[in-house]
Amino acid sequence: MDTEKITFCKGGGCTAKLGAQALNRVLSLLPKGEKDPDLLIGYSSRDDAAVYRLTEDIAFVQTLDFFPPMVSDPYTFGQIAATNALSDIYAMGGTVKTALNIVCFPEKWDLNILGEILRGGSEKVIEAGGSLAGGHSIADADVKYGLSVTGIVHPDHIWANNTGHPGDALILTKALGVGILCTADRVDQAPPGAMDAAVRSMTTLNKYAAQCCSHYDIHACTDVTGFSFLGHLHEMMDGRLSCRVNADCVPVLPGAAACADEFLLTAAGQRNRNHVGEFVRFENIPFSMEEILFDPQTSGGLLIALDAEDAPALLEELRQTGLPARIVGEITEKTDPEITVYGSGNKTGIVCE
Amino acid sequence: MKKTVNALGDACPIPVVKTKNAISELGGPGSVETLVDNEIAVQNLTKMANQKGYAVRSEKIADDQFKVTMEIGEGAGDSAQDIPEECLVVPQTGKKKIVVAVTSATMGSGNDELGAVLMKGFLFALTQQDVLPTTILFYNGGATITTEGSASIEDLKSLEALGVEILTCGTCLNYYKLADKLQVGGVTNMYEITERLTGADLVIRP
Repeated sequence: MDTEKITFCKGGGCTAKLGAQALNRVLSLLPKGEKDPDLLIGYSSRDDAAVYRLTEDIAFVQTLDFFPPMVSDPYTFGQIAATNALSDIYAMGGTVKTALNIVCFPEKWDLNILGEILRGGSEKVIEAGGSLAGGHSIADADVKYGLSVTGIVHPDHIWANNTGHPGDALILTKALGVGILCTADRVDQAPPGAMDAAVRSMTTLNKYAAQCCSHYDIHACTDVTGFSFLGHLHEMMDGRLSCRVNADCVPVLPGAAACADEFLLTAAGQRNRNHVGEFVRFENIPFSMEEILFDPQTSGGLLIALDAEDAPALLEELRQTGLPARIVGEITEKTDPEITVYGSGNKTGIVCE
Repeated sequence: MKKTVNALGDACPIPVVKTKNAISELGGPGSVETLVDNEIAVQNLTKMANQKGYAVRSEKIADDQFKVTMEIGEGAGDSAQDIPEECLVVPQTGKKKIVVAVTSATMGSGNDELGAVLMKGFLFALTQQDVLPTTILFYNGGATITTEGSASIEDLKSLEALGVEILTCGTCLNYYKLADKLQVGGVTNMYEITERLTGADLVIRP
């Protein structure tokens, strides 16, 4: 079992993402064609998904996400990869319609493993209310799986990631720390039970959080994935806003802080620190909490900006669906530093599952 | 004492995990050099050193090859070996359990050639003592001393004949590809090593 685990899971999920710095350099060099006015959201804002307007009432939302396994069980991996891929549609305020599988799988491996991955994935597509409509598979040295998902959204109700207002409250709907925990698990050092909570979190569709949000005027929304809470928050600030984060209120998975204190850290987490660290000032934050805030999340929660007056009611709704959501901070006028994270010294967020 | 960790080709957090293991095997002051093949791993190791208060420096020694050196000061480890010997000696109730932990092929730090001569001398001198140790544990670099090519095999065989338990760490034998070259004593695991160390009245680390 141990050898199978090592072979199947080499440290995947969103920790396998290319660094934002490397990626931005390449993307900025791409030739840009004539701008299509109906392409409402594309590369330029580094949003979660592309949005293209078809009619006055309908735009389609397109996204693609796939990665290597971050857990040892193929079925669970399928569920997580699909939950993560579907999430981008919800982060735009959209509804899932169709999904296509993307698979890389070693030719000589037991096809039952592939079957389990795809079963996990298709169950999540069904739970999302979408239809699995096809796919593409490649023989490769390592396993990778994900989905290309298409959804729809009303062009006037797109939740962009960079349209928050000063005075907005920031709500996070899932606990942080899955990158650190999966990494600790890979070297068999995750605390007992910690992975169960992490897997539950990674397999929870953001559909439920998005449904709660649909009753409110959401100013901006993104899902927290490989670039970490602070990385996605930085994108949300869009160079024109700033924010203050109360680290004591940030939901954190059980065991994540302990693993961070053991330095069971990902390379992606350090890349995130290199990329956005200069925009962040930590006031009274222990090392482990800094690491959790830079930790790449696989299938993380939604990060929502909305009017501070609406926030308590939305929070209540989110919590009633069983999500560990918290108000984690507020958007302010632009200041230097862009992101201030303050805390009470040795506290590492609120531990929630 | 100095240890070198080869973490070339290892993805995070393996370089950190290997380095932490090396530091705990040092069991006290010394330095650990870790070789890695990417700068992010250098940064993650440096973060750990800074948090732990170890002096740290890193250098690029080739394309895709970096060396991170940590200096572990006094009181850095938390194993029994850090406790001054007089604190480990409990009031004598029957025979004292003395465990010798041989963690390296050499004795002391400085020159390795000299260290190897000293280690051979130490093991020979052990055979001449009135009070013999209960157990001698060989782990990490110590595994080379119980295996083919070691100059101490005869001394260890006579100690074994005198009732001294000789145990070598199996993981270490595998790591150094010495599993089929063991010449004296038995093979053990971390559970047993830990049990011998924690159950000892006195731990001697040459």
